[in-house]
Amino acid sequence: MKVTGTTIKFGDNIDTDVILPGKHLVLMDPKDLAKHAMKGLDPAFPEKAQKGIIVVGGKNFGCGSSREQAPLALKYAGVQCVVAESFARIFFRNAINIGLPVVECKGVSAVVENGDKLVVDFEAGEIQNLSKGQSLRVNKLPSFILEILSDGGLIDNLRRRLNKK
Amino acid sequence: MNISEKILAKASGKNVVHPREIVDANVDMIMVHDLTGPLAVEAFKRIGVDHVWDNKKIVIILDHQVPAESVKAAELHKMLRKFAKEQNIRLYDVGKGGICHQVMPEKGHVLPGTLIVGADSHTCTYGALGAFATGIGSTEAAAVFATGKIWLKVPEAIRINVKGRFQKYVTSKDLILSIIGLVRADGAIYKSVEFAGPAIRGMSMAGRMTLCNMTVEMGAKNGIVEPDEITRKFLEGRTDKPLEPFESLKSDADASYAKAMELDVTGLEPQVACPSSVDNVKPVSELGNVPIEQAFVGSCTNGRIEDLRLAAQILKDRTIKNGVRAIVIPASQEVYSQALREGLIEIFADAGAIVCGSACGPCLGGHIGLLASGETCVSTSNRNFIGRMGSTEANVYLASPATVAASAITGRITDPRELEASET
Repeated sequence: MKVTGTTIKFGDNIDTDVILPGKHLVLMDPKDLAKHAMKGLDPAFPEKAQKGIIVVGGKNFGCGSSREQAPLALKYAGVQCVVAESFARIFFRNAINIGLPVVECKGVSAVVENGDKLVVDFEAGEIQNLSKGQSLRVNKLPSFILEILSDGGLIDNLRRRLNKK
Repeated sequence: MNISEKILAKASGKNVVHPREIVDANVDMIMVHDLTGPLAVEAFKRIGVDHVWDNKKIVIILDHQVPAESVKAAELHKMLRKFAKEQNIRLYDVGKGGICHQVMPEKGHVLPGTLIVGADSHTCTYGALGAFATGIGSTEAAAVFATGKIWLKVPEAIRINVKGRFQKYVTSKDLILSIIGLVRADGAIYKSVEFAGPAIRGMSMAGRMTLCNMTVEMGAKNGIVEPDEITRKFLEGRTDKPLEPFESLKSDADASYAKAMELDVTGLEPQVACPSSVDNVKPVSELGNVPIEQAFVGSCTNGRIEDLRLAAQILKDRTIKNGVRAIVIPASQEVYSQALREGLIEIFADAGAIVCGSACGPCLGGHIGLLASGETCVSTSNRNFIGRMGSTEANVYLASPATVAASAITGRITDPRELEASET
């Protein structure tokens, strides 16, 4: 599994209230959620993300509320992957469960710039920064998590596993 | 092993577990609410099983946008009621429950030694009763509805040993804010935070719930306190289920911790978390002049009867300053009734506060009590992120019920001890 895209960078402690403000939580269609992605920090984000981008975050990305609508909004806005120094644990699980790849990469915010083109290789545990000609190691995801991602999320993974039995 | 490891070992059918080990655990209880439940129900329907794994172990609580604030919210509530009826699941509706994290312990759904997951980040509150409780998302909740199981990484633990006596008007909220200021917003990511020591043993269940509630604000997976006589007393009349012996829920003397902290609350002053991060914590005395437009007492952090008593003690025979909107929300219907019996509601009303029905209220900026641009609110809730309570250009300061009540009277963020001193 590989993802290629240009980056949009954010800082430390990006919380789920700025990723998706609470007043939009009544929206059930992910495409409607996507219109409000990152509204707390950059209302133009959905437009910028449309073509398919990689979000680069600092420490504790996705902290705060357990709202799964936050990673859903990012995914449907066009985010293909989130790379961060570290994640808040519920956001990390939610992203995987809805099929949005997330990887931890220590030092990423120091060496990757806004607009860099990255290739994230999940099996190899590596990021190629094509703009800088650098490669970075990421924390490899366990194989059962890679399986959930390649199935497109936890529900499809569970359907497959339950049908096997 | 420490208490968290013991609970996870039991839940996953093992004798021993180690930090960073991934276990497949059996869930004892799961909760979803009106903002996370609808996505969970949709996801559950996609799994393709007809019935939930155990309808007695699922609770649905309507608390975030109740009574329905829009047709959209009303439709979501209707959908949850229908699902609860189809699956014969306990649902606490408007007027029957209150804020999920108050209702769960109050109604006996939280027992020491159990593994509880909830589709809300503040599920970690239940650690106050010696349960291992952690927040999950909606899709994961759907998977638990279907299987009763969840994978969990056994967390490393931080033990915080607290001694000393709180000064008057200094509370467990001030303690947890000061801890978050020290540990920082990402200082306990993936970790378990265990509170111990004489100051915790002497603390009420309400105080312990406030502490555990906010452990997620430093990234923790769970907060926990070993159960004791205070726990037993709290549970009296709330459950008829047999309790696990508390001796088996004590951390071993040789339990390992990633970090240990020693704190003394004796000199602790009232604290505030300044905008827009929960770890931006200062003593009120160092804050300077911060005028406010709104003061909020309530939420899963500080909406309990003890919190309302404290706020009422300060508001009694005083008047909320003109230009300040004070909102008080009892955390549950039970707390509301109790406050009514004790005359607290009358004190709030006479002081010029509005008292609303038990729900999450202004805390998450999705229902009532939203802030306009340029406005400032001092709140007993748990988050002060940009846009959390309404406008992205509003400011939220987090504080104890005593500090919020004192601030409502003066119209600026005020140390409750200072208010008392200035009037005598």
